[in-house]
Amino acid sequence: MNKATAYQQVQAARSANKISIQELIDGLTEDFFELHGDRQRDDDPAVIAGLATIESRPITIVGIQKGQDIAANQARHFGCATPSGYRKALRVMRQAEQLHQPVLALINTPGAYPGVEAEYQGQGRAIADCLLAGQKLKVPFLSIIVGEGGSGGALALACGDQVWMFANSTYSVLSPEGYATILWKDSQRAAEAAEQMRLTPKELLADGMIERIVPEVTTAADCGELKGAVAATLKMLAAQPVATLIKARQARYRKF
Amino acid sequence: MPQRKFQAPTEYQLAARKDQIPDELLTRCPVCQQDCYTQDLTELMICPNCDYGFRLPAWQRIRQLTTTFEELDAVVTVPERFADTAYREKIKRAKATTGLNESVVTGLATLTGQSFGLGVMDAHFMMGSLGSATGEKITRLFETCTAKRLPVVMVTASGGARMQEGAAALMQMAKISSAVVQHRDAGLLYVTILTDPTTGGVTASFAMQGDVVLSEPHALIGFAGRRVIEQTIQQTPPADFQRAETLLENGWLDQIVTRPQLRLTLARLLKLTSGGPSHE
Repeated sequence: MNKATAYQQVQAARSANKISIQELIDGLTEDFFELHGDRQRDDDPAVIAGLATIESRPITIVGIQKGQDIAANQARHFGCATPSGYRKALRVMRQAEQLHQPVLALINTPGAYPGVEAEYQGQGRAIADCLLAGQKLKVPFLSIIVGEGGSGGALALACGDQVWMFANSTYSVLSPEGYATILWKDSQRAAEAAEQMRLTPKELLADGMIERIVPEVTTAADCGELKGAVAATLKMLAAQPVATLIKARQARYRKF
Repeated sequence: MPQRKFQAPTEYQLAARKDQIPDELLTRCPVCQQDCYTQDLTELMICPNCDYGFRLPAWQRIRQLTTTFEELDAVVTVPERFADTAYREKIKRAKATTGLNESVVTGLATLTGQSFGLGVMDAHFMMGSLGSATGEKITRLFETCTAKRLPVVMVTASGGARMQEGAAALMQMAKISSAVVQHRDAGLLYVTILTDPTTGGVTASFAMQGDVVLSEPHALIGFAGRRVIEQTIQQTPPADFQRAETLLENGWLDQIVTRPQLRLTLARLLKLTSGGPSHE
């Protein structure tokens, strides 16, 4: 693992064997109650949202998920959320504020969905609104990058009080293929790009972009340790007065 | 055969004649594809045929929109820690071409007696990309205006987050959003003027966070680039799918304002939102 190249890390983050967000939720929470729809007119299957308890304390969960097989992947457009998906996320974040319960975001996305309809429906605005909401959310907010953390589409849900990354995950401004294409007009040089981009958890931790690297989990049964860490952190955050919490979160992003 | 007085010139002769016309005499509008005399663009730099606003240097825009302007943070530039040689070389060239230290100029402005904070992006500086220093300048502008209780106007022109700075560039979107939230919570107005082109991470953050969002005619505004959409999902977008007119129709803009009208429009807007007596 230690000797893995950056591109091997990218491949591991994209691996089809990666734990699904659904399974991760099952492992981390006791009773998940899914919430559908953006309350405007649509429901994006790439975004999963709902209520749950973690060590008996109520939380709100929002995740961006890929599918585990071709059919599910097509339905979830490969984990690329549409504007409706971000509006669903926004809706449950506001609901969490109303109910005074923490938000846990679980992220595995190559990026926001690129498409004509998504543009018409205001993809840029949808992400921009999530960024604003995250920066003023009045409840504890923990973001975990599980697999790919692709660009603005991941950042939309990664504005937490803390941001954690799975050992086999990446977080970057664009894909290594995109980077190589733009910079060298050659997508084949993705491996070289990955080395330059500082997109691995270790590099990002060293650069102060994230708080913690969590060990990889592969099944719901594996999640015990992670669950304990999440519960403890949410409890610690919830103990702070709201004003202190928001101030600390804004200071976290101010330092970049 | 009698010699003809008028003879159609050969293609070779035509090409030779065309070569004698100075390149800068004519300018082709990238939107309507019409050639027009460059001098007809006037100092506003707009197409006389379709009103498209050509990409403006930041200082030219500032002169068009303000009575006075006091620049802030002029020396803020790309941090040394981004040491990649090719990147440093690019910045050096961008600085030489534009005379700017970053892709945005920020400052405190007045227009018809009204004060506001103004940030103007310059597409000639590395495609107006959002780097750490760009984000820092915009964040400080919001912080200053929150403290001084002033509205903020951002004129955007950008290809998105600056990939050479990696995750740090991405974080600028969150950092600026945080400053926008605090400005907003102080009950202050934020106006964005989206100009050609406004795309990627800039669209997905502060460009679309304005309380009032204006644009210039035919400006390209979008999140994902045309090529990305074509390659990723094998879909060919219609020609105008990211033009300002389409966004207005879909409800993402308040108004499209032609460049000659922009100064007056901004003055009017600042007046309409200057607020009644304070209730605090």
